[in-house]
Amino acid sequence: MTKPTTASGNRGLQLEQGLIFEQDTPGATAVDLPALPHTRDRLGGMKNTKRIGLPGMSEPEVVRHYTRLSQKNYSIDSGFYPLGSCTMKHNPRLNEKMARLPGFADVHPFQPVSTIQGALELIDTTAHWLKALTGMPAVAMSPAAGAHGELCGLMCIKAAHIAKNQGNRTIVLVPESAHGTNPATAALCGYSVESIPANSEGRVDLAALKAALERSGSNVAAVMITNPNTCGLFERECIQVADMVHAAGAYFYMDGANFNAIVGRLRIGDLGVDAMHINLHKTFSTPHGGGGPGAGPTVLSAALAAFAPVPFVVHDAQGYSVEEQAGFGAAKDSFGRMKGYHGQFGVFVRALSYMLAMGSDGLKQASGDAVLNANYLMARLSTELTPAFPGPCMHECVFDDRFLKGTGVTTLDIAKALIDEGVHPPTMYFPLVVHGALLMEPTETESKATLDQFVDSLLHLARKAKAGGAEAEFKSAPQLSPRRRLDETKAARKPVLRWTPPAAGAASQAAE
Amino acid sequence: MSIRYTKDHEWVLLDGKIATVGITQYAQGQLGDIVFVEVPAAGKALTAGGEAAVVESVKAASEVYAPVAGTVKEGNAALPDAPETVNQDPQGKGWFFRMEVANPADVEALMDQTAYDKYLQELAG
Repeated sequence: MTKPTTASGNRGLQLEQGLIFEQDTPGATAVDLPALPHTRDRLGGMKNTKRIGLPGMSEPEVVRHYTRLSQKNYSIDSGFYPLGSCTMKHNPRLNEKMARLPGFADVHPFQPVSTIQGALELIDTTAHWLKALTGMPAVAMSPAAGAHGELCGLMCIKAAHIAKNQGNRTIVLVPESAHGTNPATAALCGYSVESIPANSEGRVDLAALKAALERSGSNVAAVMITNPNTCGLFERECIQVADMVHAAGAYFYMDGANFNAIVGRLRIGDLGVDAMHINLHKTFSTPHGGGGPGAGPTVLSAALAAFAPVPFVVHDAQGYSVEEQAGFGAAKDSFGRMKGYHGQFGVFVRALSYMLAMGSDGLKQASGDAVLNANYLMARLSTELTPAFPGPCMHECVFDDRFLKGTGVTTLDIAKALIDEGVHPPTMYFPLVVHGALLMEPTETESKATLDQFVDSLLHLARKAKAGGAEAEFKSAPQLSPRRRLDETKAARKPVLRWTPPAAGAASQAAE
Repeated sequence: MSIRYTKDHEWVLLDGKIATVGITQYAQGQLGDIVFVEVPAAGKALTAGGEAAVVESVKAASEVYAPVAGTVKEGNAALPDAPETVNQDPQGKGWFFRMEVANPADVEALMDQTAYDKYLQELAG
């Protein structure tokens, strides 16, 4: 079946349109103001004589342009989005409704605290829930995203070592099964990073960790472990890790980006963790991926609590107040401030709405359903695909590309073909420890019907690849999307980062 | 002296005390199209197994490790503007850096061609 060509270049009701600058019609405008009565020019000859380069457009043209752009965007509100390591779950509309209540939406961070007692109580209540769910004594609410929360945790750890005159501890140990942000955070915080290999089960190699601690224990500041790790596996030996780390005088940082797999089921305080950030946009359903700011509150153990950043909310007989100055009062040992104002307040409102709507039993069911969905994918897909590690998995499952061996089809080709099937492709080629990885996270949001449709599509593609003869078809996928396969190599090597007007001389030269 | 290899898929060619280092044909194939390369500046001290250069492909960003200890003599200045050279000629024009090695015997101790070929076979399983 060949597709018909059209005179307009449009396909069905999918319209082709240039960039907004290419639609420029000089003189067209959305606002039609009457001409000004003659006034004296007071600009002293500095009046702008050239166009400033904004496109001239009417209001309906502008509305259509941006509506069309929004329709080209694929989001969790449009369909299944099984992006491993990213937790694309539904954002309940109740959260949005709460965040838009005037009492929350219209407050200003400079208002006197006596006029924002409700907002401060909301921050304090959210903090209380996070502490209760993790079994940790303290939480820093201000970090603005997951990696910012990691930085907060490591800055607390650094402050704690310095307070003990142990500034010589300059090494942070990070296993291969950790998130990529962990070594980046450690490096940003001025530490040198040593990598700990994964064992054949995709978990931290305990013997290698032990050897590293014996080799440079007195210089190790912290060990950062992602749990469940980025292979979707629970690090079962977390408590032994904590004991070994503490015996070496270091602190245990746990990356809590995957907290959504365990919330309501275990308290990480019981694992001996000293610091962990919580991505509210992953576990507690606030928007992310361009949908809004993140928030990465960091829970802290008793050993680190005193070093938490300002500002934080304090509650006493006089009501709620905010501790703003490091070095004074309750913030005597605080390492300082890392975020303007009080953190992402609108995100706190959404997260608390979710927690209160779900209740502790609902949160426990959500983590259970997330794990169940991932294991359902893993079980059904294992008939044709090759799981990288034996199950059961946690909230995400990872496959390697052994099932494609000898077919000429790659992980990338499968991902592109999934676009034609109407699915946002899963994460690919990550984690790096898995060859040709496909990492998928269905979340608790999706129904069995959605999962079955996805599995059927993927099994169909796997069988087609294995049957042979379809290599060329795979290489040309996607065929049904508004744009075909993009040249990502050229995009990376010769990026065009902004539109530039056609060279002024080009037109006149062409005319000559 | 002949070429030597590391388990991280770097190759080393020693000439007197100066070693030329790059990534192997196998490594470039695994990485796919290389889009960014950062080479070390002359004078940088390298420890065996420590980070020496950075290579980024459409699939992944990775470090290139120093095969042995020594000091950088020069980085391949042509690579940052033409990272595709590493795909086209990884064991020739796509070299990453030249270093003065602290102890030439360290290079001898690395895998020779036969040992590396065997290592690759093991990886292929």
